[in-house]
Amino acid sequence: MVNPQMVMYEEEFNEIQTVVDRLVKEANAKVVFIVDKNGQLIAASGDIDNLDTTSLASLTAGNIAATGGIAKLLREQEFAAQFHEGQNANIHIQLVGNRVILVVIFDAKSSLGLVRLRVRKATDELNRIFEALLTKVQTPGSDSPFAEITDEDIDNLFND
Amino acid sequence: MSFINYMAREINCKIVYYGPGLCGKTTNLQYIYERTNPDAKGKMISLATETERTLFFDFLPLSLGEIRGFKTRFHLYTVPGQVFYDASRKLILKGVDGVIFVADSQIERLEANQESLENLRTNLAEQGYSLEKIPYVIQYNKRDLPNVVPVEELRELLNPTTVPDYEANARSGMGVFDTLKAVSKLVLTELKRGG
Repeated sequence: MVNPQMVMYEEEFNEIQTVVDRLVKEANAKVVFIVDKNGQLIAASGDIDNLDTTSLASLTAGNIAATGGIAKLLREQEFAAQFHEGQNANIHIQLVGNRVILVVIFDAKSSLGLVRLRVRKATDELNRIFEALLTKVQTPGSDSPFAEITDEDIDNLFND
Repeated sequence: MSFINYMAREINCKIVYYGPGLCGKTTNLQYIYERTNPDAKGKMISLATETERTLFFDFLPLSLGEIRGFKTRFHLYTVPGQVFYDASRKLILKGVDGVIFVADSQIERLEANQESLENLRTNLAEQGYSLEKIPYVIQYNKRDLPNVVPVEELRELLNPTTVPDYEANARSGMGVFDTLKAVSKLVLTELKRGG
């Protein structure tokens, strides 16, 4: 495997959720979420009840992938941050440790300057958490919980 | 690369539909979307041109049920089939857990199938994957059309390693779920092995 398996444990999840919750408050944001580069949602906070976070996660990852492709063609390593300005909502997208994507959605109650400042601080914290998580995942002995599943379990999933 | 979330007790996997332009990848997803319970699916997203050709990808999140207390979620993606969208195809293959190659059974698309399969092989190799190792199935689509190549011949040309393969007509739905189930099973089996 080129990339190690992405695994999320309760301990790290709680740490990440704390960072995300705080970022919503400190950046005056409407919504903050974290997605892995393959488009899987990791954590979200803020006004997410009426938001299709699954679709947003997949599209954000597609966006970052496309931008990364452009960077490669321009012989840039990456474009770590993106900003899209709308009439009511703005979106700031930041690549964290080339592994996950931090997305902040905000309106006129906040500003790009504030968001960037807070994102920078959150990025450092998230980097540290994901670094530790990766080490943990790669430690031998952390077996897949699926080692125990049987062919029958899999078949049962497909019984109509 | 599947994503196991112990906190949400979820396992997420990525399946990619690959194949030449107009072979029916998007039609596969549309059929699955139409025939799935609302509570088991999310919104289907299509990034397409004005003439409904896939520009970047289609995306459909599906829940299959629980295994040992873990919810299994599959994210289905299609690639744009047209030859010149190769850069986008490479991006979509990132982190893939299972591939469905949708072949167009029509005689005049035989070469396009072979080219697309070769392209899949190359693009997977760039990411360090190989078709021999990754969960992979083939679908011979458009079997309802009059000008189709016999399945034995398609098999010989496109499926030398005899991975599971299915005849289909994605418009009517024939074979669509069989193909999806087959690759999903392979993905979960791979996960069981700790892949």
